[in-house]
Amino acid sequence: MSTATGLDSPDRPAHGPTFQALSTGRKIKDKAATVLVTLAFLIALVPLVWVLVTVVGRGIGAIISADWWGRSLNGVLPESYAGGVYHAIYGTIIQALLAAVIAVPVGIAAAVYLVEYGRGRLAKTTSFMVDILAGVPSIVAALFVFAAFISIMGGVQSAFMVSLALVLLMLPVVIRNTEEMLRLVPDELREASYALGIPKWKTILRIVLPTALSGTVTGVMLALARVMGETAPVLVLVGYSQSINFDPFSGNMASLPLLMFSELSNPEPAGQFRIWGAALTLILIIMILQLGASVVSRFSAISK
Amino acid sequence: MTERTTEQAPSRSSQDENSAAGSSTIDTVTEPDPARGRSHGSPIQGRGERIFRGLTSGSGLLVVAAVAAIGLFLLVQAVPSLLANNANFFTSPVFDTRDAANLNFGIRDLLVVTLLSSLFALAIAMPISLGIALFLTQYTPKRVSRPFAYIIDLLAAVPSIIYGLWGIAVLAPALLPIATWLSTNLGWFFLFAPGNLPVLTGTIFTGGVVLAVMILPIITAVTREVFSQTPRFHIEAAQALGATRWEVIRMAVLPYGRSGYIAGSMLGLGRALGETIAVLIVIRAATTPSGFSLFDGGYTFASLIASAASEFSQPLPTGAYIAAGLVLFVLTFVVNAIARVVAGGKVNG
Repeated sequence: MSTATGLDSPDRPAHGPTFQALSTGRKIKDKAATVLVTLAFLIALVPLVWVLVTVVGRGIGAIISADWWGRSLNGVLPESYAGGVYHAIYGTIIQALLAAVIAVPVGIAAAVYLVEYGRGRLAKTTSFMVDILAGVPSIVAALFVFAAFISIMGGVQSAFMVSLALVLLMLPVVIRNTEEMLRLVPDELREASYALGIPKWKTILRIVLPTALSGTVTGVMLALARVMGETAPVLVLVGYSQSINFDPFSGNMASLPLLMFSELSNPEPAGQFRIWGAALTLILIIMILQLGASVVSRFSAISK
Repeated sequence: MTERTTEQAPSRSSQDENSAAGSSTIDTVTEPDPARGRSHGSPIQGRGERIFRGLTSGSGLLVVAAVAAIGLFLLVQAVPSLLANNANFFTSPVFDTRDAANLNFGIRDLLVVTLLSSLFALAIAMPISLGIALFLTQYTPKRVSRPFAYIIDLLAAVPSIIYGLWGIAVLAPALLPIATWLSTNLGWFFLFAPGNLPVLTGTIFTGGVVLAVMILPIITAVTREVFSQTPRFHIEAAQALGATRWEVIRMAVLPYGRSGYIAGSMLGLGRALGETIAVLIVIRAATTPSGFSLFDGGYTFASLIASAASEFSQPLPTGAYIAAGLVLFVLTFVVNAIARVVAGGKVNG
């Protein structure tokens, strides 16, 4: 190029240099965009750090107190700093687990249907409804359980009713996570199995699902973490109890969110003490589940 | 593990399946379905296949049935109360269910407070989410953006009741100077006009900021997902033309991801509309109807239902709240359906 143009007109090139320096305006815009997006990220960190610092700072005193993990609030006066929350921890965990017992098999089966069998209109409707269910507010799910199982079928308020509402909130999370993992299972595995004459259902049960197992477990743990902090269902569907109740099918049962909400009406400083202690306990439980989920996903047989 | 299963399986299962299925389902053996994409249906369709297929399809149907049942049962429970209602359900600002024989309830105020707080939250969260999604997909190397994205996702893991407590105890006092400044200097604008609360904390303004924090990770997650799917050659084509990083974003990333960004924002809006406990704790109750100011108080659909949850004993007053819940259900249904249509298959979940 340089020789050709050089021969024609030795004094000036036929056209300008291929790479021009950026004009100032473009440079400024580019820099401004970089600053703005970085700022956006930093702004988002502010509430996260702020919330965590607040909860840890105000709750640490409660959770290191002697009785916190091993006692209930049975007989503890509103102004007293005694007692613990093991009754609420039990309630939170049992309600979430009962919900998982129903939601996990149904969710995995629905995901198998969507990935392996579902074709045509019904599958499209199902997929659409999973999205809708994912957007149903928890208070609406709670109202539905109240309307259907308590008002119409004559049930009573209990922890199990809460679990039924939590099922509706867990299902879409389990389905979407499982679906995603099933789609990642390579078709070669299925084909190898079919080539050996194994029927489709056995291929799914013995080959596809085990391959997607760790991703599915991750999804379940994340779903559990999501429903454990739900407050709306426990407000509508179960009464608060200061003492332990092991029976999820009858009677009042505490859970960490419900305990926090009831202590909100306690004007004594001890109420605030318990609220933030319960908040920190709840965050710790959720963090353990989240960490567990990311550890399990490390062992995934298939990578994204 | 997978390989072991593959090796073992034929010796035990294929033969008995063949003999069991062979006689009964010869007619179903060859049923080529051209519509089938990835399912390479095994030719053997025995009883196990039918049962398994039935179970999984049944579970899929159950999800459809659940959503239908939510709408149906809420409607059935709401109708008697709506018929007994003495006020106009859509235009009355009062929600009085103390006397079961004389119900007066309307959703005007609930609708105003719900929409105002949610749209305000959306207005804050949308630009910030866009920035974060761009930062994570276009500005940081993958090694760094993974943990950064995880940090943003952690925002979604914090339970809403904790956001509520933080919002009223910590955030509201911190926002007071801003609220005061807006109220004194921009009070002529209807959004910042003096509200129906005696104080400037615990307003729709405070609640909207809390909601913005809560929907931020949702919008970011969807937007990030779509931005990261921008075709490599779009980006490289823009780079080859000498575009700066910002120009690449404007020419390649934003046009590709716009629908996903809007869909994500709609999902966030749906979440804000239905948020219950944080709003109940943060936004104070007001005695007079809302006047479209951000410094008003009041109840949203969700927070009103939650606040009355302990009084659900008589069917007719309870039905009034269920009617409010039905409106909320329809509202979130529409918003989520729009999100799905806008996304057009680019977004899952």
